[in-house]
Amino acid sequence: MSSLDKLRATFAESLGLPVSEVSDDLTYNTIAQWDSVAHMALIAALEDAFDVLIETEDVIDMSSFAKAKAILTKYGIGFDA
Amino acid sequence: MLDGKVVWITGASRGIGRAIALACAAEGARTVLVAREQAHLQDVAEAIRGLHAPEPILLDYDITDLRAVGAAFSQVHKETRRLDALVNNAGIMQDALLGMVSADQIQQTFSVNVFALLYHMQYASRLMARRQAGSIINISSIIGRFGNSGQTVYGASKAAVIGATQSAAKELAPQGIRVNAIAPGFIQTDMVRQLASDKFDERLASVRMGRIGTPEDIAQAAVFLASDRSSYVTGQILGVDGAMVV
Repeated sequence: MSSLDKLRATFAESLGLPVSEVSDDLTYNTIAQWDSVAHMALIAALEDAFDVLIETEDVIDMSSFAKAKAILTKYGIGFDA
Repeated sequence: MLDGKVVWITGASRGIGRAIALACAAEGARTVLVAREQAHLQDVAEAIRGLHAPEPILLDYDITDLRAVGAAFSQVHKETRRLDALVNNAGIMQDALLGMVSADQIQQTFSVNVFALLYHMQYASRLMARRQAGSIINISSIIGRFGNSGQTVYGASKAAVIGATQSAAKELAPQGIRVNAIAPGFIQTDMVRQLASDKFDERLASVRMGRIGTPEDIAQAAVFLASDRSSYVTGQILGVDGAMVV
């Protein structure tokens, strides 16, 4: 599984969404499933999936799926197609 | 009481922090010890080895630097994969009359006593939430509960610790994470040893039990709060002060 597929799958599982609904424009607090409580669970799931510990500022900054890709890239995760 | 548990202790090189580290290790915990004074911390590590307790992890980072705190938690997480208890013990006390406290002193006191404590609670609670269990123990002070002349800034910072403890206890309870504070009274530490003898006697007279507390008195309370014996205790401020009146 590519990193991008793993990221999509983690978002889908954490937020209870079909993978097909996980796209770059999926944004925090615009759907009921992605509230602040779900956000913390999502962060934990991403940390487990990619074996990183995300800094507090990045937790706050991770406001969309696209942003998650950009942030995880800083932690050495590659998302080339 | 703490077999298999990982306990993170800030300010672990001397005084109350050292006693907490030794008491937790004696109960079987693997300790993560944080201090800037590495020589003193090595002494604590040696004492722990003498107890045949699990090898401690020794860390030296600026607890007031959020990035450094994050890096420390990342390092320990990779090594231990669990965190059972955090003891936010590191603190500073600078007595001064209110009109003579500098802005720098206020900033420094809150950076160490409050901001650093919050940073550690943030990371610790995230790791603990994964296992739906954990215990955060914040060291406040009797001064934070009742106040004292010449200690307005210190008292304010330790009262903030109480507010943080009680709020976090409510927020984190659904995730199985307990948050409590210990409020020590007059305890035999390096800070107390610097007191003039008349001040020492004055404070001792205010302790109804008639003796100064020891770091071990605090450490035993911390072990209880870190252990499963306090599994239904959260949001509490435990005074360990021999009925001191301030």
